[in-house]
Amino acid sequence: MIGVFHPGGSLVHRAPALLKLGLLAALVTAIALQHSVLVLAGACLVVAGIVALARVPLRLLWRQLVPLLWLLAIAVPIQLLVAGWELAVTVALRLLLAVVLAGVYSLTTPVTETLDAAQTLLRPFRRWIDADRVGLALALAIRAIPLLGEIVAEVLDARRARGAEGSIRAVAVPVIVRALRTADHLGEALVARGLDD
Amino acid sequence: MSAIVFERVSRSFDGRRVVDDVSLELVEHRIGIVGANGSGKSTLARMINGLVEPDAGRVLVDGLDVAKQGREVRRRVGFVFTNADTQIVMPTVREDVAFTLRRHRLAPAEANERVDAALARFGLTELAERPAHRLSGGQKQLLALASVLVGHPAILVADEPTTLLDARNARRVARHLAGLDEQLVVVSHQLELLDDFDRVIVMEGGRVVCDDVPAVALPRYRELIDTEDEADDGVTDAAERTRP
Repeated sequence: MIGVFHPGGSLVHRAPALLKLGLLAALVTAIALQHSVLVLAGACLVVAGIVALARVPLRLLWRQLVPLLWLLAIAVPIQLLVAGWELAVTVALRLLLAVVLAGVYSLTTPVTETLDAAQTLLRPFRRWIDADRVGLALALAIRAIPLLGEIVAEVLDARRARGAEGSIRAVAVPVIVRALRTADHLGEALVARGLDD
Repeated sequence: MSAIVFERVSRSFDGRRVVDDVSLELVEHRIGIVGANGSGKSTLARMINGLVEPDAGRVLVDGLDVAKQGREVRRRVGFVFTNADTQIVMPTVREDVAFTLRRHRLAPAEANERVDAALARFGLTELAERPAHRLSGGQKQLLALASVLVGHPAILVADEPTTLLDARNARRVARHLAGLDEQLVVVSHQLELLDDFDRVIVMEGGRVVCDDVPAVALPRYRELIDTEDEADDGVTDAAERTRP
């Protein structure tokens, strides 16, 4: 979700995030409960149709799939040996289809729309849960990933420059200190932007 | 222009007085604050929108007490920090600018219009859908400005907005700051940024030591730095003479 959104004007892009989330949950559940290879093959055609309808670049979708390929490279041979080809193919197709559908959602939906959808979903529980606060927490969690990545990269560079390459402490301590300081600054910036109430 | 009033304001951190009995009334369009590290200039700037509260005295913005009416004051006062990275909250440029308006509860069409205008104002339209964390330092600082000004504050406070930027990006951000209609309070070490300002305040040891037009205040600040440098050189020379 970190900067994955690809702008466009397709029907899938224009569909409300809440509807897309509902359909994603329903389709992934239906796929997860399916045991027939033939039906899953049919589901592949449906998902291919959704991808075509979304008109998202295939290379961006492929990038979403790459981390899954590592998992499949380990899980499929094990399933093949232990449970036979049919289950191995079923597991692989279920995972692939679920990730492709999730990828289409991420590529066609800005994070703000997902946050709005999450807030709408939480509205019935507003007596117990502050939906705005949950939305903000989600946004910050998403933002923290690249921010932490940058801190780790800078600390690793500094460690290398000072010749302390083997030391885990030389990474852990400055990363934690800088992460906490960054969290302080981020909090201050949120207050300055009027998000303290 | 809005009126920012400091009434006998003091603030200490860890027993050290960082701002010491400061009284000011800021009504000019562009005001600069300069001073050495630890002189209290950033603390003074942070008090304007309540990021730091005074231990004694009070700060008023358009008659509103910052300590008591912080929320109303923060709607009037935007703040831009030195490190733009820590101000970015949302993944894309457009979403980050739009994020400021979430609490304004505007109709989607009006919010979009304001976001488009803010992006165009800072030359970010082309970058609207880009991941915000992958922008250059200068672009991030312009995004920070757009994200703050989309909320239409009457006053913008910027704490060393060009310190982390290279010369080209610093000039670009300075050009944008100079063209703003909003009342502007800028803390900066880059004195050329303040040349065309209406008023410059020089801070030293938590106190205002000079408060005048740039033509008077900036040379006074340079003198102050030179005096400190000479004193430091004297200490270094003495240390070298005593070395065996």
